Parts: sequence; structure tokens; C-alpha cells
Amino acid sequence: MEIRVNHLCKSYNGASVLRDVTFTAGDGVTCVMAPSGCGKTTLLRILLDLETADSGTVSVPEGCRWAAVFQEDRLLEQLDAAGNLRFILGREYDGARAAAVLTELGLGDVGGKSVRAFSGGMRRRLALARALLARSDALVLDEPFAGLDGETRQRAWSCILRRRGQRPVLLVTHDEEDAAGLGAQIVRLA
Amino acid sequence: MARKSGLRLRAVAFWLLVWQLGAMALAAAYPHGGLLLASPLASLWRLGELAVTAAFWRAVAWSACRILGGFLLSCLTAAALAALAARYPLAEELLAPPTAAVKATPVASFIILALVWLDSRRLPVFIAFLMVFPTVYLNLLEGIRQTDGRLLEMARVFHVPPVRQLWGIYLPQVLPYFRSAASLGLGLCWKAGIAAEVIGLPAGSMGERLYTAKIYFQTPDLFAWTAAVVAVSAVFERLFLKLVDAVAGKAAA
Repeated sequence: MEIRVNHLCKSYNGASVLRDVTFTAGDGVTCVMAPSGCGKTTLLRILLDLETADSGTVSVPEGCRWAAVFQEDRLLEQLDAAGNLRFILGREYDGARAAAVLTELGLGDVGGKSVRAFSGGMRRRLALARALLARSDALVLDEPFAGLDGETRQRAWSCILRRRGQRPVLLVTHDEEDAAGLGAQIVRLA
Repeated sequence: MARKSGLRLRAVAFWLLVWQLGAMALAAAYPHGGLLLASPLASLWRLGELAVTAAFWRAVAWSACRILGGFLLSCLTAAALAALAARYPLAEELLAPPTAAVKATPVASFIILALVWLDSRRLPVFIAFLMVFPTVYLNLLEGIRQTDGRLLEMARVFHVPPVRQLWGIYLPQVLPYFRSAASLGLGLCWKAGIAAEVIGLPAGSMGERLYTAKIYFQTPDLFAWTAAVVAVSAVFERLFLKLVDAVAGKAAA
């Protein structure tokens, strides 16, 4: 599967955020890197159909289903980890598979604790588990390792590589180490 | 906490004592002073006498069915219209004038006007409906507005079906607003509903009993029926809020 971004432009109130962005993401992991404020999140939001571009196109296969880790965790605070996963997966929720992914991400012992009581890093990892477990054709990960320490970050890399299957991954990060850890193709936005 | 409730109990006892002494003073000062103000003991005694009769419970059931029926109907209508108004600004604009009018108009005006249109037996349903509607509608609308748009985006990206979104995103957000509106609305609908019964005099209602007690100067009956209205209203409020809390707990499980 290929994701083609062609001459994408977007501006807010006359201020240009994305300027003629063009790249192709293949089946592997593609890492989008740019200084802050250069439209990385906007690019992902356009891919997810949450924003429309001023000009340019995004080509993905017909009916492509995305899963995402957003810039914010966007978890249901009143629920525990399993509840958050069930919310997304519904009848497709598989307790054993969910437990395995949570364990790989170091969340195996959270039990029925409400997400409200989670630390920032735990929340981030749960958001990642949710994206990896969701039925999808491609993954969009916006700063998924924010707030994770070195060891946890490496666990997250391994989990992504193991669980993504054939799905292409578009990753936004500031850290070149993440791109190297995931063996990613790097796309730099000016 | 225990100290505070102990203090509150002493305050209640103090006012009951004032009431008892006032009733005794009126009875001593005038030949029929007892008719002006029944004592708390006489009222309680009368309530006890009434509570063992089937007629008392029939009257309670009659009023409760109609007033709570109006309340529930109002909640359902308010929920549907609040959802509509949150989605379509035109619907909100259209509903704003009648909602403001109902909020501002004295309940007695509605009761008298409704008596022209309706059978007196339907009057409490209509008045309870009308009095509860603005509170529940406006609170629900505010609750829906406060729903986190980022969670809705997340649900959209993950293709979460609408029913699950309602249960997981909207309900936890809206229920606290609904709870406070329901608590206020339940007290309001009993007050307005009984007022409608006192004016409309539907046969077999608690309001009719109150009115009868008034015209025959049966002040112990008047106080006893009033206490019954307050008690029934409080019981239903407790039960309903427990139900809302149970739903909130289920949404959080």
C-alpha cells in the first residue's frame, strides 16, 4: 500500500502552514520530521480527513481505514485500559490479544485502574496500544513516544514493528533516534 | 460531619418547638385558635391516621403518576430537542423564545390557561411537563456543548458506532448536567403539579385533598397532606437520582 501526498498546501488566516508538500510513503515506517510549527500535525489531520487542504491531493487506496495516536492522548478518562480498548474495538475486542500488547508496552499490571490515575507515559502507551489493536489499513502516529523514557521507548519501537503487520506507518517525531529505531524512511518538511 | 448533622437536628427540633408553642399560644388566646395553626404533634398524628387508609395511598398514586409522568415526558422531549438544538443552530434559535417564555411566566398563569384547554385530570401532567422542560433542556444543551470535540474526532477516525459514542463520550459528559437539572426539576414539578391540582381540583388527587382541608379548616389535614407531598417528592427525587447514578456508574464501567 502506498500513501501519496502531492503538492499539499494549507494556510490558516493567511499564514502558510504546509507549503507544497510532496512525498510517497510505502509499506514500511515513514517518519515526518520538521521544526515545530511546520505543519506536521496539520498534515496528519489532512490524512485522517479531519481537515481539508487548500490545494494538493492525498492518494490512498479506496476505503482506507486509519488508526491513530493523536498529539493528545484522547482517552476516555472514566474507563480503565480495557474499557478504552473495548470502546474502539467493540465486539472485536480480544482480551488475550489486548493483554499481550499492553504487556509488551509495559502496561501489563494496570488492572482495572481508571485512566484518570495513569501517568503521562502510561496514557501515551495506552493510546499507542489502542492504535495498534484497532482494525485498520494504515497507522498515523503523532509524537507517540512523548514523555517515554529510553527503555520504555525501545519497548514501544519493538511493539510497533511487531504489531503493525503489513500496515504502513506515518510517524511524526522530533527525535532522529525514533526514526533509526524503527528503521524509518525520513521525510523532512521545510 | 457528625457534629454538623447533630447541629442541624437541634435546629430542626428548635423550630418544631417554636411551632408547637405557637400553636399552643393561639389555641389558648382564641376560642378556635387550634384551627389557625395545627401543632406538629396533631399534624403528625393526622398523617399517621391518613397513612393507614387506602384512600391516602390512592391519592398519592394518582398525583405521583401524573406529576412524574409529566416529568419523564418533559425529560424525554428536552433530551431530544437539546440534541437537535446542539446539532442545528436554527433549531436552538427557534426554541429559545418559548423556553424563555416558559421560564419567565408565573406557573398560575399557565395553570389557568391550561384549564381552558384541558381536562383537569390532565392538568398536572401538562404543568409538570412545562415547568421541568426549560431546566432540563438548557442543562442538557450545555452538557452536550461541553462534550470534548477531540474525543468525537477520535471516535470518528476509529469508526466507533454512534450508540457506543453516546454511551462512552456523550453520557459521561451530559449526565452530571442532567442530574442537577433532574434534582431541581423534580422539586419544581411537585410544587407546580400540586398547585395545578389545587386550582383544577381533579377528583382523587392530593391537591384536591389539600383544598378540601383548607375549605373545612382542617388544619391538621392541611399540614399532614403538605408533609406527604414533601415526603413523596423527596422519596422520588432520591430514587430517580439513584437511577441516574447507576446509569453513570454503568457508563464508567
